[in-house]
Amino acid sequence: MATHSYLSPTGVEIAFVLVGLVVLGSGLLVVTLKNLVHAALWLIVCMGGIGIEYLLLGAEMVAWIQVLIYGGAVIVLFLFGLMLTKAPIGRTEELDVAHRWPAVLVGLGAAGTLVTVTVQAYQHTWFEPRDALALGSSEGLGTALFHYWVLPFEALSVLLLAALVGAIALSRARREDDGPDELPGEAQA
Amino acid sequence: MNTLAFASLLLPAFGSAVTFAGGRDLRHVKFWSTAPIALALVGTILVAISHGTGGTSTETYTIGTAGEFHIEIGTRVSGLAALTAVLVAAVALCVQSYSTSYLGGEPRYASYAALISLFTAAMLTVVYAADLIVLLIGWEVMGACSYFLIGHYWEREIARAASIKAFLMTVAGDVPFLFGLIALGVQAGSFQVHDVIASADGNALSHPGWIAALLLCGVLGKSAQFPLHSWLPDAMAGPTPISALIHAATMVAAGIYLVALLYPVFVLAPDVLVVMAVIAAITMLGAALCALAQTDVKRILAYSTVSQLAYMLGGLAVNGRSQAVYLLIVHGFFKALLFLAAGVVIHRVGSNELSRMGGLRFRMPVAYTTMTIGLLALAGVPPLSGFFGKEAVLGAAYNATGEFAVPGRIVLVAGLITAGVTAAYALRLWLGMFHGPFPDAPHEHEERIEAPQTELIPLVLLAIPAALLGVVALFGNGFSQVVGGASGESGSLLGAFAVDLWPGGMTTLLSLLFVLGGAGLVYLFWRRDPKADPAVPLLGSLRGLLLDGFRFDALIGLAVVRPVRAAAKLVAFLDENVVDAYVRGSGVGARGLGTVLRRLQTGSVQFYLTCLFLGVLVMAAVYAYVGTVS
Amino acid sequence: MHALYPLILGALLFSLGLYGVLARRSAIAVLMALELLLNAVTLNLVAYGSILRDRYGTGQVFTLFIITVAAAETGLGLAIVLLLYRQRATADLGVQRELAEPVESFGADELAATDDYGVLR
Repeated sequence: MATHSYLSPTGVEIAFVLVGLVVLGSGLLVVTLKNLVHAALWLIVCMGGIGIEYLLLGAEMVAWIQVLIYGGAVIVLFLFGLMLTKAPIGRTEELDVAHRWPAVLVGLGAAGTLVTVTVQAYQHTWFEPRDALALGSSEGLGTALFHYWVLPFEALSVLLLAALVGAIALSRARREDDGPDELPGEAQA
Repeated sequence: MNTLAFASLLLPAFGSAVTFAGGRDLRHVKFWSTAPIALALVGTILVAISHGTGGTSTETYTIGTAGEFHIEIGTRVSGLAALTAVLVAAVALCVQSYSTSYLGGEPRYASYAALISLFTAAMLTVVYAADLIVLLIGWEVMGACSYFLIGHYWEREIARAASIKAFLMTVAGDVPFLFGLIALGVQAGSFQVHDVIASADGNALSHPGWIAALLLCGVLGKSAQFPLHSWLPDAMAGPTPISALIHAATMVAAGIYLVALLYPVFVLAPDVLVVMAVIAAITMLGAALCALAQTDVKRILAYSTVSQLAYMLGGLAVNGRSQAVYLLIVHGFFKALLFLAAGVVIHRVGSNELSRMGGLRFRMPVAYTTMTIGLLALAGVPPLSGFFGKEAVLGAAYNATGEFAVPGRIVLVAGLITAGVTAAYALRLWLGMFHGPFPDAPHEHEERIEAPQTELIPLVLLAIPAALLGVVALFGNGFSQVVGGASGESGSLLGAFAVDLWPGGMTTLLSLLFVLGGAGLVYLFWRRDPKADPAVPLLGSLRGLLLDGFRFDALIGLAVVRPVRAAAKLVAFLDENVVDAYVRGSGVGARGLGTVLRRLQTGSVQFYLTCLFLGVLVMAAVYAYVGTVS
Repeated sequence: MHALYPLILGALLFSLGLYGVLARRSAIAVLMALELLLNAVTLNLVAYGSILRDRYGTGQVFTLFIITVAAAETGLGLAIVLLLYRQRATADLGVQRELAEPVESFGADELAATDDYGVLR
């Protein structure tokens, strides 16, 4: 394995880079498109791309869950949200804030800093994605989950329940006469 | 013996505290203001007896260190200290028992009595102090007490002004005095009086002239000598017993006492002695002339005090340490007597003015008799004590040789003339108060208006030493030995020769001539018109000037008060327009900055978040950079 | 595989998400950008799990956890956005300015109306 080199990429690496370019491009469209529905649809591409990247990294089970939950459920949630808030379906000029330059600066700065730090730390590191295949299968991941991570798993189920209750409580339509905006005296009068 | 001395100075302080704490119960105040001082008097007498003649005895306890100096409190008993302490305690006791009836009915009597006790304790501290720092503490406590006591009648504008004036003038002298004490202690390597005198005797001080000059400033303020004298006549705004205490025994005597105590230091500075002699000459003659012109009885006595203190200072200037101390003690007794007797008269007549008195000799026989003794002593008529005191000083001036010759001439000439003037104003006072017609009720000569016993007994008790203390002179050089020779206790610099207090022939003859001349002139003018003030024709056009004390206060107003006022105005202007500008500027600046920063509070969460991430980014970048470099 | 490929992809995706969160005015668009952020993190987790040869599957298991939490977060976030929309009739974050001070600014005339100590005349 001492023959690693940027100049002789393996097939997996080439596939990873190509899919990565798709992911980045669709991600860029997600945050820049003027049309919100289009942005949401490009988000599906992005999520799916990330699922493929998981596969290439040997995390098979995670990849399917990513496609199922993100590519399916979350995007549907977003589309529902768009519809419920009567968001403009077509292009909207007011989608971005007035002064974008600070955000661009922060984004580029973050990218620069993270890439610099990562490159400095890992420029001589190679790993074999096949080694993770055993762990990444549904059997391996299930064993790890219920062998070592049972307690966080249970805590997470409580968290999900709380989120469920919270979402219901927040989105429950309030009746007209019990709003906090009105005083009881005024209601009687 | 030292413990007893320590107890004697603590007793009045204790009495003062109890009087303060005890409220206004009259019997309580009367007991606690007199009994501790009576005990202190017994204590000081016992100290004086057990001390005997010559030598000193010091006992100190170290209570801490300040830099290289040890702070030690303790007592130092010398012949000088023992005798002065007896004088202080005796006069204080007389004043306190006199005050029980003189001021007993007043609402502020309790605080007054407590302050007198504190005053006495402070003076005893000065007298018995073993080191200069403790002495300075007593010295300043006295100043504070005198401020309060002179301002006792603070409802009156004149009393307030007088107390502030007294305080400011004495403190004006105390500032250089403090520097002098510090320089003295540093050069001597110790603040112990014992060590200081020893190093002065050994000529170990590098700048004795400067030290003596600085110390002299404090002495001039405390003892009311020219040019810091004018607070004393004004201090008469206080109650009469206070005048007796301040002017006779304590505050003003403290200055003379200090020169006598540190005399070896002054002897090393002949130039300062000449200055001292000139000041003494100016003060004694000027104050005596002012006394001749005054119409207020207490102001007459005040100016006479200034004049007599100048005698003592003159005696010190001509190497007459024992003589000056002798005059100090004698004067303490007869001046206390004079003030207390004058207080009795003033209280009965209801006025300070000489013109409102007259013909009181039958109506107030005790006051008349005692006051006569006091005035005769003041005028220097033999064989009363004042005569011997004055003659001793004049004799010292006459006999002064060597480096003391120049001050001797000055003091001798001024002293002889002053003797005549003193006799003149003493006689004028005596005639004006007790002889001639009573202005308001000429036919009531037979009715007695005598004061209560508590006021008269101190008069009689004080009259005895005032009359008889001259007997000391019969013992030749005995007094001198007790006090400690010509120049302090060890006196090795000039040799410890004891001085004879017995008056010499030449000066006695001359001064008696002057006394007779002065008294005769006043008597002649008085005979011409008993109702009128003999000073009016005698002084002529000079009288107005003298009545104002040579317009000295106006001069001070011109030379000191107006420049100070102008400087104060300047400072106030600078404060308002320069210092405050910065303060206002900081307020306006903070407000402007706030206005600018408020514009950042847009309310947009995303803007806040952008700022937050920018900060995080900068920190992360810096951290990564630093981590990479190192 | 070189370790930098997945890590740099994660870093760039994170930056994109950051830009989206800061630059988008619509609340739903901001939530989408948030998903990008979360995905960047999970990608990194999986990559590190492989790079560090983790025996317990920490990277992948926590990726699962984060996907779960993200789903819950999206649900809650959309509920909040709906509430916002119902109350304000808009999901535009740019007009939500209640955090600002009610007074626009401290004018010069207002400064002149106070004395040196800030007290109103």
